[in-house]
Amino acid sequence: MLAGVGESGAGTSPAAVELTGVGKVFAGRSGEVAALAGIDLTVVVGEFVTLIGPSGCGKSTLLRLVADLTEPTAGTLRVNGKSPRQARLDQDYGIAFQQAGLMDWRSVARNIELPLELRGWDRRRRRQRAVELLELVGLPEFADHRPSELSGGMQQRVAIARALAAGPRLLLMDEPFGALDEMTRERLQAELARICRETEASVVFVTHSIPEAVYLSDRVVVMSARPGRVTRTVDVELGERTEEIRGAPEFFAKVTEVREALRGRRGAGSVAEGAQR
Amino acid sequence: MTGASAEPATQLAVLGAGPEPARVRRLRGRGWVRAARRAAMSAIALVLAAAAWEGYKAVGSEDGGSLLGVRVLPRADDASMPHVWEILRRFGRPETAGTGSHSVAVAVLDGVWFTFRVAVAGFVLGILVGLLLAVVMQRFRLAERGLLPYVVLSQTVPLVALAPLVVGWGGRLRVGSVSWQPWMSVAVIAAYLAFFPVAVGALRGLQSPPGHAVELLRSYSATWWQTLLRLRLPAAVPYLIPALRLAAASAVVGAIVAEISTGTRGGIGRLVIEYSREATADPAKVYTAFLGAAALGLAAAGLVALADLALRRYRPVQER
Repeated sequence: MLAGVGESGAGTSPAAVELTGVGKVFAGRSGEVAALAGIDLTVVVGEFVTLIGPSGCGKSTLLRLVADLTEPTAGTLRVNGKSPRQARLDQDYGIAFQQAGLMDWRSVARNIELPLELRGWDRRRRRQRAVELLELVGLPEFADHRPSELSGGMQQRVAIARALAAGPRLLLMDEPFGALDEMTRERLQAELARICRETEASVVFVTHSIPEAVYLSDRVVVMSARPGRVTRTVDVELGERTEEIRGAPEFFAKVTEVREALRGRRGAGSVAEGAQR
Repeated sequence: MTGASAEPATQLAVLGAGPEPARVRRLRGRGWVRAARRAAMSAIALVLAAAAWEGYKAVGSEDGGSLLGVRVLPRADDASMPHVWEILRRFGRPETAGTGSHSVAVAVLDGVWFTFRVAVAGFVLGILVGLLLAVVMQRFRLAERGLLPYVVLSQTVPLVALAPLVVGWGGRLRVGSVSWQPWMSVAVIAAYLAFFPVAVGALRGLQSPPGHAVELLRSYSATWWQTLLRLRLPAAVPYLIPALRLAAASAVVGAIVAEISTGTRGGIGRLVIEYSREATADPAKVYTAFLGAAALGLAAAGLVALADLALRRYRPVQER
């Protein structure tokens, strides 16, 4: 099913993200450290892809490469058919980090307006868009509040609204729910699933949490460390995400599959291979 | 599912919005109480200082206390320590014996006003220079490494050595019909002292935003200038306020000392020197100039307090 979507998407427009043979080597004081090696990954339009793996597997680096916050040392990247730099300059993507990173000297609405302000939208249009987005993330009455008056979960919703502000076709999220408690986390996952359905954005999502990855994704990309490699991809076909699905046997089956992929032999093999290089 | 997710949102709204206005009101109330308490405290401190002065006069020896021939305590006689009321009364009497002389209060106020303006000019110039240096040092790593040691070194040059140099250089400057005025030298010296805390504080403040905040701006393809205005400068405010407090004090001290060492007329620094020459005949007079200088310091501190109030939005929440 997903392949079908991918093919039809490829026919009309370029993939949201396309990585070919991407590698990243950091030059450290004690020699070079290979963070990523030989990454091939395509995210088709409208697809939700999660990167999961142990600490140091380079999943955040991969996301930052797509966002043009760092540059690859090998391979090629295309974002919406453009170079990552061009995509960044065109604000083709919205990004959210683990820290909501809201500016406390600005009201909630003005935080969401920030990317629009930098794009030169006029005040009325900006405010209108912020109100729309606050509606979307379920915080319509908080427009004029200070971010510090909001709970962590609410702040993260604002950060997501900010990432969506310019109507990007691609959302990049680096453990956005990592600092939240489990209850809030599950609620925000449901919110995000709904928002993605409504906005039809493609998402590249980084997480440590297996259930989170399975719940949110169309596809889970499992990575191993040193150097960071893609060891397996798990297609998740669970249909519409509801709260009930968290208790469904298919859900657990996918969780198990991802867990095994994380521990799996193929992972171990690539680690050995990495060590030889 | 939208309904289900909206429900916790409204719940949160109730939790968040309910106590919020009350909290704000309480904080504001506390702010006023705090301001009133602070005003009362400074009034009490003033009374206590006067009481300590008079108390020492009452018990202290006329010759002061000596230890192994070295005087360690001040003389408590009326020529060294005039009564508080003598000093206050001196404000109302004429400055000189000549007919038509205005009162000391007028002379001191004139001097304070003159020096205040010069100090403010120096303060503003110091802030501009300090901010500019901080921005350059933040922008260019190399500049930070190259400039910062000199910024620190600049403060070790004695003011007394600097004063004639500034006067000398200034005297050669002429822009159109405007020639260098003596007060300009004083303002430049005040600025020389004031820029330092601003440069150091602002640099730390400009560097304070965390990496993810800077990357966020980068992801919006914000220019360096936009990042400065929208992120770095607002984030620097909490670092800037204490720096401004130091800078204001430095500007006042700098202005007074510079007036004395450049021989500039019209300011409170000059009055301190003039009145102290009459100290044996008219001991209360020099203290009026001291009080004037103290009032000047308070005025400068008040100026920063106003700036602090205006920039309250940028302070961390718990201090707001």
